[in-house]
Amino acid sequence: MGDFQIKKQPKKYDAVIVGSGAGGGMAAYILAHAGLKVCMIEAGPMYDPQKNVTQLKNPWDSPRRGASTKLRPFGDFDACYGGWSLEGEPYTKESGTQWDWWRARMLGGRTNHWGRISLRFGPRDFKRKSIDGLGEDWPIGYEEVKPFYDRVDKMIGIFGTNEGLENDPDGIFLKPPKPRLHELFIKNAATQAGVRVIPSRLSILTQKLNDDRGVCFFCGQCGRNCSMAKADFSSPNVLIYPALKTGNIDVVANAMAREVLTNKEGLATGVSYVNKDDMTEYQVEGRVVILAASACESARLLLNSKSTRHPNGLANNSNVVGKYLHDSTGAALGGVLPQLFDRKRYNEDGVGGMHVYSPWWLDNKKLDFPRGYHIEYWGGMGQPSYGFNWGIESLNGKYLVKGKKKEAGGYGASLKEDNRYFYGAGVGMAGRGEAIPLESNYCEIDPTVVDKYGIPVLKFNVKWSDNEIKQAKHMKETFKEIMHNMGAVITWGGDDDEKNNWGLSRPGEIIHEAGTVRMGNDPRRSALNKWSQAHDCKNLFCVDGGQFVSQADKNITWTILALSMRASEYIIDEMKKQNL
Amino acid sequence: MDRRKSLKLIATGAIAGGTIATGCTTGEEKAKEVKSAEPVFALDRSPDELVYEKKLLAQEKFFSEHEMSTITVLADIIIPKDEVSGSASDAKVPEFIEFIVKDMPQHQVPLKGGLRWLDMYCLKQYGKAFKDCSSQQQIEVVDAIAYPNKAKADMKQGVAFFSLMRNLTVTGFYTSEIGVKDLGYAGNRPTQWNGVPPEVLKQYNLAYTEKELNECVSFSG
Repeated sequence: MGDFQIKKQPKKYDAVIVGSGAGGGMAAYILAHAGLKVCMIEAGPMYDPQKNVTQLKNPWDSPRRGASTKLRPFGDFDACYGGWSLEGEPYTKESGTQWDWWRARMLGGRTNHWGRISLRFGPRDFKRKSIDGLGEDWPIGYEEVKPFYDRVDKMIGIFGTNEGLENDPDGIFLKPPKPRLHELFIKNAATQAGVRVIPSRLSILTQKLNDDRGVCFFCGQCGRNCSMAKADFSSPNVLIYPALKTGNIDVVANAMAREVLTNKEGLATGVSYVNKDDMTEYQVEGRVVILAASACESARLLLNSKSTRHPNGLANNSNVVGKYLHDSTGAALGGVLPQLFDRKRYNEDGVGGMHVYSPWWLDNKKLDFPRGYHIEYWGGMGQPSYGFNWGIESLNGKYLVKGKKKEAGGYGASLKEDNRYFYGAGVGMAGRGEAIPLESNYCEIDPTVVDKYGIPVLKFNVKWSDNEIKQAKHMKETFKEIMHNMGAVITWGGDDDEKNNWGLSRPGEIIHEAGTVRMGNDPRRSALNKWSQAHDCKNLFCVDGGQFVSQADKNITWTILALSMRASEYIIDEMKKQNL
Repeated sequence: MDRRKSLKLIATGAIAGGTIATGCTTGEEKAKEVKSAEPVFALDRSPDELVYEKKLLAQEKFFSEHEMSTITVLADIIIPKDEVSGSASDAKVPEFIEFIVKDMPQHQVPLKGGLRWLDMYCLKQYGKAFKDCSSQQQIEVVDAIAYPNKAKADMKQGVAFFSLMRNLTVTGFYTSEIGVKDLGYAGNRPTQWNGVPPEVLKQYNLAYTEKELNECVSFSG
């Protein structure tokens, strides 16, 4: 290392943002357009969807035919760099507890590959404690967030339908795509089971929104990020590159934030980071510091930012930073729909994701678990990739193929016939539910372990409660009924029982972590106020999933975007009033 | 909207608007630099992947020539040429298998060991390695290991090996250009989704509701 020193960036910024996903991207966009000078720090490499392309590739363009690797766990064409374990960046777990931690490392983070499921929280989702006595109410309600949801809808674009559902609020929607064939079967079967099925709500442009972006051309590959038409939401395509046009943003990539710097008065002065390319240490100064590094990374940064004024970590007088960590629940099953054997071929790629879904349809007061879930569906004639028809011996002996009974397994021309016959008959579904955020579920700084940059790492301590397990049981029972109603045969996920928590996903696995830097009115019980601003440090903000009090049975991105927009405008306002 | 025009625009990338190069950092330049040295993966790679894959491709061949010939014979028995499409070896499935065992080392022992099991079995039965057996003898062996439910108990190791060969061959074939065409997968290209084709709806006795027709996006022509 030789000459070890800390380099100070000479330029002073109005805002330093850590992280470039939905929260960081939106903050950068709003602040830069208001004329503020912004420095964005990103732990991963630069990435430009216009140049870094996996969209419209054929399976054979990947020698592993789209299979996953440790470096691209969602498959070779997926647009997200990062993974469940990063070289030289460990995390630890308390024994007997679970947490799977997904860390995206690239400009735009996981917005580059996410499911584009863009659900507003409903009025009840902000006030759950008042309804069932569990968890905590948010310090804000739907009416306060609604104007921002409306603006996010219009600015970023989303399709869906106004259904007038009380807790799944209407929005400003583009038209949804028509259901695919298997989705029509699902809709009928679910309706029979009393489960409402409505058009999904995805941030994909089925119609023209503005001149900078095209429209969806239905390749079904949003997971690869829409390089060709920018027709789905990702932070780089929709927020960061447009914001860069203002000339007000500097992006520093491959920069791993070490801590938030504070002065004698306890105010934030900037961020220190290590340049991952040459291991040089830097400091960058800003009038405000905005954390958007993901719920757990933001908590880690705060806990690692100790000073005389903030001995318990920054913004942590309440001692809640790292606590109330929770993920969506998940359970899934799948199988085949025999009606679809030997089906006619046509292009049904559609948008990247389901065309219909089921919002929560029941009243938890009448059930033995307190919170709801929504159902996502899939199936049909997708692009083949690694794993295609793996285990065909479990199918081709069970069903007549073109009217003939066959022996399971086999080879030759007969096997080729089977592969054609079964193609496109798959169908499946998954629940995504609300967990109760608990104080006893947390991440903290591991007192003994550092990563390769010398930054103390997180230790997790999370367990599901009975509430989540009972919810997963209910999911499985519902899915089985839907599958039964359409005559589908379950080939996986149908054998779960209490021994494996009914197939409930591991905490963290659904990648909707939230709650670690929660907001609230009471500074003794929350880290942030209702403007995403630290109670203990007025020029520090957290605009990612960390600020969530609870996360409903709604994927959290749309709410991150709305709250980040809201916090950013509050920052501009407070700066004008010279309060910041 | 003019459909042909929009598809043309999509094809050229113009529809997405210009690329913005401001704020370019050293990371980005670096990624570009290494990228040009990587001919095999025709898709975006992260800097970490470029390092990993360079090492992967620099490895020596995993299978011997003898083993590759055996794999080729087996793959073409599993997926032969027929009236619709070519064979596994036409689709370069053996090359795919050679690559994938490097990328997924968990397949190495089951395949290498399985190939040896097969040769030893053939040596005992016919006095020759599998690849040197007559076609009739090869099919006789394959018949003894290709059907998991009726195979004899003492052939189960062979069954496990053949099932893995079948899985890799099927997956390799149907993700090749020949295989995708055989399957009739019609997507991965710009289009306008107008719903399930009318004749298919009719076949399944289904119809879109009035509500769906009104609320969903539709395209003319």
